[in-house]
Amino acid sequence: MVHSPSIVVHQLDHHFGSGNLKKQVLFDINLEISAGEIVIMTGPSGSGKTTLLTLIGGLRSAQTGSLKVVGHEITGASENDLVNARRNNGYIFQAHNLHGSLTALENVQMGLEVHGNLSKPERHRMANAMLTQVGLEDRVNYYPADLSGGQKQRVAIARALVSRPKIVLADEPTAALDKKSGRDVVDIMHDLAKQQGCTILLVTHDNRILDIADRIVYMEDGRLSKQPELVESAQ
Amino acid sequence: MLGLIKTFKNLGDRTPLGLKQLKHDPMRLLTAIAGITFADILIFMQLGFADALYKSNTQYSRAIQADLVILSTQAKNFNQLRTFPRRRLWQAQDIPGVASAEPLYLGSVQWRNPETRQKTSMLVIGQNPNRPALDLPEVNQQLDAIRLPNTVLFDQASRGTYQEMIDQIKAGETVTTEIGRRTVTVTGLFTVGASFADDGALITSDQSFLRLFPRQEAGAVTMGLINLEPGTDPEQARIDLAARLPDDVQVLTKQGYVEFELNDIQSESPVGFVFGLGSVMGFIVGVVIVYQVLSTDVNSHLGEYATFRAMGYRNSYLLGIVVEEAIILSVLGFVPGLVIALGAYQLTAAATALPLAMPASRAITVLALTFVMCGASGAIATRRLQAADPADIF
Repeated sequence: MVHSPSIVVHQLDHHFGSGNLKKQVLFDINLEISAGEIVIMTGPSGSGKTTLLTLIGGLRSAQTGSLKVVGHEITGASENDLVNARRNNGYIFQAHNLHGSLTALENVQMGLEVHGNLSKPERHRMANAMLTQVGLEDRVNYYPADLSGGQKQRVAIARALVSRPKIVLADEPTAALDKKSGRDVVDIMHDLAKQQGCTILLVTHDNRILDIADRIVYMEDGRLSKQPELVESAQ
Repeated sequence: MLGLIKTFKNLGDRTPLGLKQLKHDPMRLLTAIAGITFADILIFMQLGFADALYKSNTQYSRAIQADLVILSTQAKNFNQLRTFPRRRLWQAQDIPGVASAEPLYLGSVQWRNPETRQKTSMLVIGQNPNRPALDLPEVNQQLDAIRLPNTVLFDQASRGTYQEMIDQIKAGETVTTEIGRRTVTVTGLFTVGASFADDGALITSDQSFLRLFPRQEAGAVTMGLINLEPGTDPEQARIDLAARLPDDVQVLTKQGYVEFELNDIQSESPVGFVFGLGSVMGFIVGVVIVYQVLSTDVNSHLGEYATFRAMGYRNSYLLGIVVEEAIILSVLGFVPGLVIALGAYQLTAAATALPLAMPASRAITVLALTFVMCGASGAIATRRLQAADPADIF
């Protein structure tokens, strides 16, 4: 079970724009991530990391090649299929992107409401439990404006993981945090992911957190490669 | 049906995001409510004035006590009915089913207010004192009084200062004043109300009327009131009469006559158009204000909405938030609008003697308009939702 692939990318190309302005940003990407694996993708800005992440997350439609996420082919999928595919993923963004009019608890519940299969009391109970797991049990009724950056990011993690997604996609989750909060945040992500058995694909520039990865992939100019010194530093 | 129940269940189960967003920014909420309230008051006042115009200009037309009405073919409206030869009434009496045909004289005069000595325009109605012509019990009880020459009944709801005179008449005294060069005696009161054209009304006998209007011949009547024998179909009698009488008169049923008057105000008079335009302006002001508020709200939540879409929420869910906000704003704006409009109606009615009232149907109409107003603004505001692209937030 652990070795069944969760994400399979095969000969994926991607272009932006059209006509004369058409520009290829991803070249022949091949990547296989097993279920339960934590993979960190790193590389310089503008190398296409985020584009690949949005393709895997179903936020963009893939154009050519093959992209299978938990068994579903994303290339050429309809808008409706994409929306359904997104529900299998948990997202953690660089900015926390919490809803300012909702309390921490309500924000986490939004991660459950999208599935439409849980009653309000159930959602309430699960969101509460999740916030306890990220160490915010005494902040459940705070609005985002009243939380620190690290606390907000922890709420965002709770929102991403509360529905027990098979895949968590994270883009620079520690970029706006100081060393200690950043460490706490990735530790929580790591522990919860191992506990729930979910796959994590994390894009980051932050060298301080590379040690949580099972594997590190490096992207430069739209191509994936292994960068020896980074792989070594992680081991 | 099952789907509908499920939808309602889901509605109750969902996080009321629209409500929470509105509550989170009280200033924005207040602005929106104030805007809708203002628009609603504007619409209420315009509709109220338009209705007062229709009502006050048809209050005598509605009170006519007859089965059929004969008018000159050139009649335009109550204030310009023209005249037709009295012979037409005698001809009408020959037609089977007609029980009586009575003349009614109408005219406008300048009369001197006995208190202020100011001249104002009054409607004068000259009727046969032997037979009630108007469905006004107060008048019909006092018909004997106007048998005396140059005696009139006075509408105590007239616009202007008449309190002393009214008190005197109520105390059983009579009051004299001038119309043209004639002295008339006011012996009794009735209550109808002013119109946009005349400040008030006087009712007198046909004989006295002709004395007050020396230039009007007795043979030239304003309106013919036909009463039918019991069991006669008014519509059939109307057709028979119209066929028998020459082309200088037209025959209308009582209801047809009221519609004739309303139709004239609605289509011919610029006033009806002005009030209609006023209501539309109020509506547009409301749409603009609610649009401003809703689109600012959507704009300031674009990032959050894009996140929701990334999480797998559909565009329809986001639309639902805007619709929810629109409905909440409609209700919150309508209630104060209704209350303030009720107060403004009272003030206006007291100041102008116009019949201003708030029928439930108008409140419902304006509530429906408010929903449309907020819905339309919401629909325009949701176009901004297209900008909530989940791919842009990483």
